[in-house]
Amino acid sequence: MAKRIDVKDLDIFYGDFKAVEGVTMSVEPRSVTAFIGPSGCGKSTVLRTLNRMHEVIPGGRVEGKVLLDDQDLYAPTVDPVAVRRTVGMVFQRPNPFPTMSIKDNVAAGLKLNGVRNAKILDEVVERSLRGANLWNEVKDRLNKPGAGLSGGQQQRLCIARAIAVEPQVLLMDEPCSALDPISTLAIEELVHALKDRFTVVIVTHNMQQAARVSDRTAFFNLKATGQPGHLVEIDDTQTIFSNPTVSATEDYISGRFG
Amino acid sequence: MSSTGASVADETPSPGGRDPLSGDGAATGRLGDRIFAGATVGAGLLVVVVVVLVGIFLLAQALPALRVDQASFFTSTQWHTGSTLAFGIAGLLWATVATSIVALLVAVPFSVAIALFLTQYAPRWLSRPAAGLIDLLAAVPSIVYGLWGGYIVAGKWAPIQDGVSTVLGWIPLFAKVDGITGGSTLFFVGLVLAVMILPIITALSREIFDQTPTTHKEGAYALGATKWEMIRTAVLPFGKAGVISASMLGLGRALGETIAVMMILSGLPQGAPWTWSLFNGGATFASKIASDASEFSGGLSTGAYIAAGLVLFVLTFVVNAIARVIIDRRKAFTE
Ligand SMILES: Nc1ncnc2c1ncn2[C@@H]1O[C@H](COP(=O)(O)OP(=O)(O)O)[C@@H](O)[C@H]1O
Ligand SMILES: [Mg+2]
Repeated sequence: MAKRIDVKDLDIFYGDFKAVEGVTMSVEPRSVTAFIGPSGCGKSTVLRTLNRMHEVIPGGRVEGKVLLDDQDLYAPTVDPVAVRRTVGMVFQRPNPFPTMSIKDNVAAGLKLNGVRNAKILDEVVERSLRGANLWNEVKDRLNKPGAGLSGGQQQRLCIARAIAVEPQVLLMDEPCSALDPISTLAIEELVHALKDRFTVVIVTHNMQQAARVSDRTAFFNLKATGQPGHLVEIDDTQTIFSNPTVSATEDYISGRFG
Repeated sequence: MSSTGASVADETPSPGGRDPLSGDGAATGRLGDRIFAGATVGAGLLVVVVVVLVGIFLLAQALPALRVDQASFFTSTQWHTGSTLAFGIAGLLWATVATSIVALLVAVPFSVAIALFLTQYAPRWLSRPAAGLIDLLAAVPSIVYGLWGGYIVAGKWAPIQDGVSTVLGWIPLFAKVDGITGGSTLFFVGLVLAVMILPIITALSREIFDQTPTTHKEGAYALGATKWEMIRTAVLPFGKAGVISASMLGLGRALGETIAVMMILSGLPQGAPWTWSLFNGGATFASKIASDASEFSGGLSTGAYIAAGLVLFVLTFVVNAIARVIIDRRKAFTE
């Protein structure tokens, strides 16, 4: 199921603008890795290169390598569509497809894969909604629009939609930043459960959240505004929060800047 | 009162000077609100009143003629407004609806395809000027389309239509009609109307597709959608209501189009009966009324035309109402 990710010497560009420079890191399978760092340092940008969503933006391109269990995602023969089926993504703002019912939202990825069998779809919908801790709340209104749910429920619906296609890796870009504390807690518990089956990478601007949910933490920073962002260090979350190697990390974590 | 959000408390002056909750005395804001609300309600009512008055006027003029009509008004295809009045709208209704539906069936797929191409596939240097060009085309007066269709394209279309009716002539819709040339048939009028309404449908569809939220598109991409799958999952559902209303706008234009239809469409062959064929001539409501307008004498015969106009009026109303219902039904899912 879960795969490891190795990033090597990755530079990321928006057109001519180099947004992130020289990222080299590993993400362990069946673990939660958190990306922290000040706003604009490139956390989202790096995350989006892990499933080739970056190149959806006009002018978006990368130099360097991203290996998923030794398979280079950016090799010329690799189809970005296939990458995205293997590496799922949950966004900052919940984005269920507004014209689809709850059930169709969860089934959307499977249908794209050509699954039409109603029994299989029903099974996967239930399994995914249970996996996203949402089943009990929506089982009586599967045919109602997903947009009618609360923000936190919508975000869990998006998680259900992402895990329905059984990806190897799940990327989450500040999945709680638009949610209230109770919904946030629900998602955090879910993230904890998800790492049994998936490799999870989560961007968060909330350091307590990183400390709560992640096994490893990567700290990104900017040398100066207008300069590319870079990875300062990545280590066990415990180490990063108690005894980081680089003083900039300690400054950031203790709130001395950022 | 409730429509402006004002409550009784707003009106009650507090004893002993300013109430601490009375705000900064934004009386001008309140007044402005009220004037604006009044103006919008007034304008809305005015529109309704005018529409109702137009309807009543048409009905009052039409009724005397309808009372002496020798034919069945809704089912007859004859139109005699001489000394005896025997007229029915079936032929006009068919010609109007048939040409408009042909126009819509041809125009909408092209419009949607062009709009998708411009918003999703074309590079920016192409899509910007092309969009501008389409907006320009939408403003071309219909007489230009009439000239273009009637005098330039008509001759080229004739052999194609003959070919079609040779093969499919056994279907009543495509039966060959003696005395009618290819460039003057209902079907050809439908094609010209399609070209005429294509720019407006394309322009509006393009605008709505362009507004598809990035979050919807990325949601689809992140599930491993190809570009076309992304369009089907995110762009088309988002744009559907807009495309429907754009199509209805186009349909409204086609239903009411006068000059281009008059210039192109030939009448039924002399003495020949009405047929279902799209390769026949005929007249639409608008073209019939306009082409006979010079003979209006104000008497009963004019009433016959006004009755026809009334049906066109109702027809466009129904079309718009149906569009509204479709759009509102979809809204439940987008909010
Ligand atoms: N779509 C884009 N086009 C151009 N530049 C972008 C785009 N998105 C982000 N950037 C730039 O890339 C840098 C990193 O942004 P981002 O990855 O969003 O940071 P973070 O997620 O850490 O806040 C910033 O300088 C930002 O301005
Ligand atoms: Mg971000």
